This record gives sequence, structure tokens and C-alpha cells, in this order.
Amino acid sequence: MVIKTEALTKNFGKITAVNELDLEVKEGEIFGLLGPNGAGKTTLISMLCTMLRPTSGKAWVNGFDVVREPGKVRKSIGIVFQQASVDDLLTGRENLQLHNLLFEVPKAVRKQRIDEVLSIVNLEKRADDFVNTYSGGMRRRLELARGIMHHPKILFLDEPTLGLDPQTREHIWEYIKELASKECMTVMLTTHYMEEAEQLCDRVAIIDYGKIVALDSPDALKNNVARDIVKIKQKIPDIEKIRKLGYVMKAEEKEGTLYISIKDASLHLQDLLSNTGPIDFVEVRRGSLSDVFLHYTGREIREGDAEGGFWERMMKR
Amino acid sequence: MSEIEGIYAVWLREAKIYIREKERLVSAVISPLLWIFGFGAGIGTTIESVGGYSYQMFIYPGIMVMTVLFTSLFYGIYVIWDRKLDFLKEVLVAPVSRASVFVGKMLGGATDAMVQVIYLIIIGLIFLDVPFTPLTIIEAFLMLLLISIAMVSIGLVIGANLTSPEGFSLVINFVMWPMFFFSGALFPVSNLSPWLAAVTRINPMTYGVDAMRGIILGINHYSLLLDTAVLMVFTAMMMGIGIMSFRRM
Repeated sequence: MVIKTEALTKNFGKITAVNELDLEVKEGEIFGLLGPNGAGKTTLISMLCTMLRPTSGKAWVNGFDVVREPGKVRKSIGIVFQQASVDDLLTGRENLQLHNLLFEVPKAVRKQRIDEVLSIVNLEKRADDFVNTYSGGMRRRLELARGIMHHPKILFLDEPTLGLDPQTREHIWEYIKELASKECMTVMLTTHYMEEAEQLCDRVAIIDYGKIVALDSPDALKNNVARDIVKIKQKIPDIEKIRKLGYVMKAEEKEGTLYISIKDASLHLQDLLSNTGPIDFVEVRRGSLSDVFLHYTGREIREGDAEGGFWERMMKR
Repeated sequence: MSEIEGIYAVWLREAKIYIREKERLVSAVISPLLWIFGFGAGIGTTIESVGGYSYQMFIYPGIMVMTVLFTSLFYGIYVIWDRKLDFLKEVLVAPVSRASVFVGKMLGGATDAMVQVIYLIIIGLIFLDVPFTPLTIIEAFLMLLLISIAMVSIGLVIGANLTSPEGFSLVINFVMWPMFFFSGALFPVSNLSPWLAAVTRINPMTYGVDAMRGIILGINHYSLLLDTAVLMVFTAMMMGIGIMSFRRM
């Protein structure tokens, strides 16, 4: 286990941000923490990165205790923060040079390592430009490059694609996957984008109110809840009759539309439609992690919520 | 070794940014010029001379101290901006002790202030005929460095404990102006009313101004030894508090 927590808890006054959380992350996996804003993801990561001291409980990162051996933990991890933390008034290369000094990268390999990480994130050509001329996606790539400079065993990514456009987001995913395999790293990331967790993660923990409510591979999580969802519109729906069908896991009516969760649409759709009577509209879609989230928390996850206060948004150019 | 590199990294970043922000370099020259040629020359027409020197010359060491005081104290505001922009996080999660981060920042602030000191020495030599000798230039430089380190530390303490730049400006004004006014930068401390004399005596800047005036003009109220001792103790205290504040950040 490269990351292990036991009853890890963090209170801020009366608020419990992380609540007696037990977690194990295996070597080499991409592990996702999925949850809405304020679920406690960032607090959890901050404790693992030794930025925050746990109120109670224990945590080990790479076998080092986060409270007793913070220095050793720090040397063995890389972090990419939620808010851009590269320096605007320095060039990309200068940012990486500072990181080299701060993280004790051996002098002999510094130059070579900078070129190496720059080429992984495709920033060689812009390396000597000031960061304030970079786009949001380029900054994020520079941060990824910086995060892996010192060959960390674990890379922490806090909302790695927050505020990026969909296309850039997909590129960043590619970079993360490439990094994880090329550098043999374990990656732990937080996200509130369902798609991100599905695309990237080997395992996903759904977090709500500081607790893990579900933990499995994205596919297994989806299988537990619903493989397929059938959307039906009709004049006089008979929801009770549909609920009685053996293969229907759940049936709900929302704004004149029936949402029916079934195990396998390819097997049961015909039978289902013969039971519903005449319909105006039917649509079948694969269950997604947002259905899983809804299932476990009873709430929808809202994508694209701006996080942070006024200044953060002001300063994010 | 790694701590030294950490200090160097933090300082290097500050120095690079200082050089690149032209506004800071320009404003660094203008405000002391206004004090010397605006205030000093203006008031100087109504005051004959103080201790054998023109008023403008008399306040020159005080203006040097003031410039260092203002620049150094205000430097603390960059900690707040760094934190807002999250740059500081990169440094705070590095395997470098907080004491080193503090010292790096402190040296960065002192560098800002000492660049201004160099301007002021040049201005003094060219326009005011300040009776500098190579030795007194070195002495003045070291004394101002000591003052700067103390003041940057205070600025960093305030910066580390506050989260808004507006709050910082408010608090710093309560520290900066009394320290400046009650330091004898603009008037001799020899024949003041008892309460004013008492205030100047507990103000560490009084000793800084006195030391500078002693070094440059040869006018001393206290001995140079006492001035230096007071400032050294004060600086050490402020650095200690500064490192503690950074540990809690």
C-alpha cells in the first residue's frame, strides 16, 4: 500500500471535513476521489501531503507517517494544486529550476531532467517564455511537469482540469495517463467531474460529507447501480406496473418523463416496452458515474461549480 | 546544504521578480527624492541649521532609514499576494524548513531595500555633497541592512498572519508612521518634551536613525555601541517571531 489511512479525521471548528476515513491505495494505480465541492477531498489530500495536520487518526504515505515524518513524505510526493501555483513573472524553465532547488534534485541531472519533463508535456518551445503568456492548459501542463520533476513515487492532483475547456481537459487526461505509465507513478486525484473519474481512474472513491460512500472500479460501481437507463415519455404512465417487473431496478417519474433503471437493455427492452403500452418517446443510455453518485448520496453532482472566493477567480486570468 | 539551496531558491525568485517589476524600481527612487528635495528643501528654508548641518543634510540619514523602513515593512504584503495566488504553496510543501523559507523571503525583502539604499547613496554623493568616506558608506550600508532585516521580519509577521492586502495596509500604517515620526528622523531627539522623549526612547527606529546620523554626520545622541546592540537584539527578536509565524502558516 503506498497510501493508507486509519480513521483519519479533520475538524474545522464544528465542521467535520474528513470523518474517520479509512483508505488504501495500491502501488501504480490511478485513484480518484470523486465528490461535490466541500465533500472533503482537498482536505484529505492536504493531510496526505502534510499541509494540514489531522485532528485524529493516522495516515501513511510511501510508508512514512504524515505527522511524524513530514519531510520524508514531501520528498517522495509530487503535487499539482487546484489553483495554478506556477509563478507568472518567471519563465516556465525558471519555475522548474526553482523546483529543482527546493526539492533537492541532484545538480548533475537538473538540466537534463528539465528538458525531459518539458518534452513529456510538450512545452519545450515555450519553456523560455514568461508564464503569464501561457494559456490555462499550458500552465496546467507546466505544473504537471513540475510535479514529477523530482521522481515522486506518488503524484497528487487536486482538480487537475478545473476551469479548463473540454478539449484541453482531454489533452491533460492523456498527459496524466502517459506520466503515470512512463514514470511508474501512483496517482491520486480529486475531481468533481464524473467523466474525468471514468476516463482516468482505476478505482474511484465517492466521498460525501467527509466519508467514503462507495469505492470500486468505475465499471463495477456502475454495475452495482444500473447498467442502463431507459427514458420514456407517454401520456398515461403506469409506474406501478413497471416497478413490478423483475428486471427493473428502479423507476421514477420526473417532469413527465419516466426514468427506468434496468440491468441490461439489450435483453429486456422489448419486454419493457410491451408492458408500458403506447409511448411517445424512448431513449436508452448507459448508466454513468453520476447515476452512481445520485444513488449513493441521494443528490446530483453539479459540474462546473466555481470553487474558491472572489480573489481566486479574479486572479485566475 | 539543502536548506541553503532552499533559502537561495526563495531569494532568487524574489530577486528576479523585483528586477522584472519596473514599477517597483521606479517608485523606489521617487519617494525618497520627494522627501529630500520636496520636504527637506522646503522646511529647510525656515530652519537655519541643526547641529551645524543644513536641515536637508540633517534629515538625510533619517530619510535613508525611512526609505528602508517603508520598503521593508511593505514587503510583507507580497506574502499575502503569494498566498492568494497560491505560489507560496509550492514553497510551503517543499522539503525545506519554514525557517529557511522565512530567511529566503527576508533576504528578498532586504535586497529590495538595499537597492534603494544604493540609489540614495548615489543621490547623496552627487546632489547633496554628503560627507561620505568609503568606510562610512560600508558602515551605513551594514547598519541599514540590519534595520531592513528587522523591518522585513515585522512585515512578514503581519503578512503571515493576515489574509487580505487591505488589512495589511491598515495594520502596517499603524506600525510604520509612529515608528517613523517618533524616531527623530525629522527632528533632533535631544530637547523633546518628556512624553515625546519617552516614546522615542522605546522606539527601536530612534536607535537606527541615531546610528546613521552618527556614522554619516558624526552627530550622536546615544553611543554607536548602544544603537547597534539595541538593533541587533530587536532584529533577533523579530526574526524569531517571523520564523514562528511561518511555521504556523
